Amino acid sequence: MIRLIYYELVKVFLKKRTYLGFGIVLLIVPLVEVAMKLEGGRFLTMAMRGLARDFFFFGSLFNGWFVSHQIMNSLWFHIPLLISFVAGDQLAGEATSGTYRLILIRPVSRSRIFLAKYITTVMYTILFVFFLAGLSIGLALLLFGRGDLIILLRGILILPEADVAWRFGIAYLVAVWAMITIASLSFFFSSFVENAIGPIVATMGILIIFSIISVLPVELFEIPKKFLFTRHLNLWQKIFQDPVPWNEVQTGFWHLGVWTLASVLGAWGVFVKKDILS
Amino acid sequence: MNDIILYTRSLGKRYGKRWAVKNLDLEVQRGDVYGFLGPNGAGKSTTIRMILSLVKPTTGETVIFGHSLVSHRTKALRQVGGIVEKPDFYLYLSAYKNLEIVGALCGGIPRARIDEVLELVGLRDRASDRVKTYSHGMKQRLGIAQALLSDPELVILDEPTSGLDPQGMKEVRDLILHLSRDRRKTIILSSHLLSEIELVANRMVIINKGEVVVHGEVNTLLDQGEKYVIIQAEPRDKAASVLRRQKKIIRQIKEKEGKFEVIMDFQDIPLLNRSFVRAGVDIRALIPRRSLEDLFLSMTESETEAAR
Repeated sequence: MIRLIYYELVKVFLKKRTYLGFGIVLLIVPLVEVAMKLEGGRFLTMAMRGLARDFFFFGSLFNGWFVSHQIMNSLWFHIPLLISFVAGDQLAGEATSGTYRLILIRPVSRSRIFLAKYITTVMYTILFVFFLAGLSIGLALLLFGRGDLIILLRGILILPEADVAWRFGIAYLVAVWAMITIASLSFFFSSFVENAIGPIVATMGILIIFSIISVLPVELFEIPKKFLFTRHLNLWQKIFQDPVPWNEVQTGFWHLGVWTLASVLGAWGVFVKKDILS
Repeated sequence: MNDIILYTRSLGKRYGKRWAVKNLDLEVQRGDVYGFLGPNGAGKSTTIRMILSLVKPTTGETVIFGHSLVSHRTKALRQVGGIVEKPDFYLYLSAYKNLEIVGALCGGIPRARIDEVLELVGLRDRASDRVKTYSHGMKQRLGIAQALLSDPELVILDEPTSGLDPQGMKEVRDLILHLSRDRRKTIILSSHLLSEIELVANRMVIINKGEVVVHGEVNTLLDQGEKYVIIQAEPRDKAASVLRRQKKIIRQIKEKEGKFEVIMDFQDIPLLNRSFVRAGVDIRALIPRRSLEDLFLSMTESETEAAR
């Protein structure tokens, strides 16, 4: 199995499209952070103008932690899109290139090939999210320095600097879990089609539709809303609440886990029974 | 030598209401070069896909080396290598890396074996080049290399000469004969060219519209039935007179669309030719034909007409 995973990793990491996501992150994150540096925290000043009348703020709240926290918001849409580029290509890419005919005639079960491909997808997802984390936090701390973290979400919360690093660690772990759900969903769509564009469009379509349903104040959607995974894509934000609502985090964690499991089992069911006609 | 290493029983595949393959019974014996012949769309590739477990049959089963493909897929495929239709690879990887990937799926193949098969198909020097830089012929040869990588006893080649130039076709045919004679491989060779099967196979089956039309030893099938010679000669009345005089070697003469169809043994063709020359008859064409060729041509022609 390790050998199968190794060669799946070889296939993924010797493919140009794999680096598309890394390239975009490598371009966008420094660009955003440098732009924020040049802007000199005007955004934060404007957001806090009202509060300045009633409070005194000591030190710089416009620091590396604040910028890193802002960048985490890309986990809503942009990072899922980039992850689905690779996850959606995992099975559909083999169909497109005709290489199913090369690999599925071997004396190894389809389930093992499937598992190797899925594990590779998960490994890519983990690596990609941690690449985002490392780059955004590292560069932000370098450019803006340290300090307390101000959270502007339904009010204002200031977390002391000593209480921030572990929260970023846990938040990114939770984000990885959510992105694995996205990757699994893309993987699921990938098992159906013979073109890698389909899974990307389907994943993003689901993400957009579910996100709209999640925020629509329509009574008809109240019950379905509770089961949509998009409700938990912001699970990482809960780690920056004080105190952390661990029960909610746990619920979201399991909820995402069920979506992941259902996607993987669905993809497996399709893959092992699929007639290879490409 | 006659133990059966692969057989299918009532193998069938239905897509919607259409049967691509229906009740197919095949038997491949150890050491065979088994020709699998049929016009385009006859069901050859669907059958090969079922034998290699790419497609699940609607009916029947395939047993390879005593293992059912349904219940013991991994064991059944352990001694099998193959190409299905055109060989596709990871174009962005080298030939060597592609073979490493195939090797990993076969349970691990030593580097020396990869070198050996690349040498065998004449790609050793280009092993580190990306496959996307390869010509069609080179990809076809790499396809054969991957089929042979695990040193399988049974090699299934689906139209391996497709798209090759005459020299490339000859090289593949020579390789098949080498594998059969010198390496004792059993080979299933699918083709839509009777001439190709005739040159390399010892047994064959012809299928059309998913069903077996005829099967058996290649020589027996080619010998059985009528053999005749199509003759186009000028002047025709003089040629007809020569033919009528050759009663010892000619069994029947028919005139059709300005040509003669003469039922006779092929070994007597030189004798007939000399008679024409002596009588001052100009031979425009002299084509030996067998009923098996006619049968196959009629299937191919009906397929072409259907496509129109």
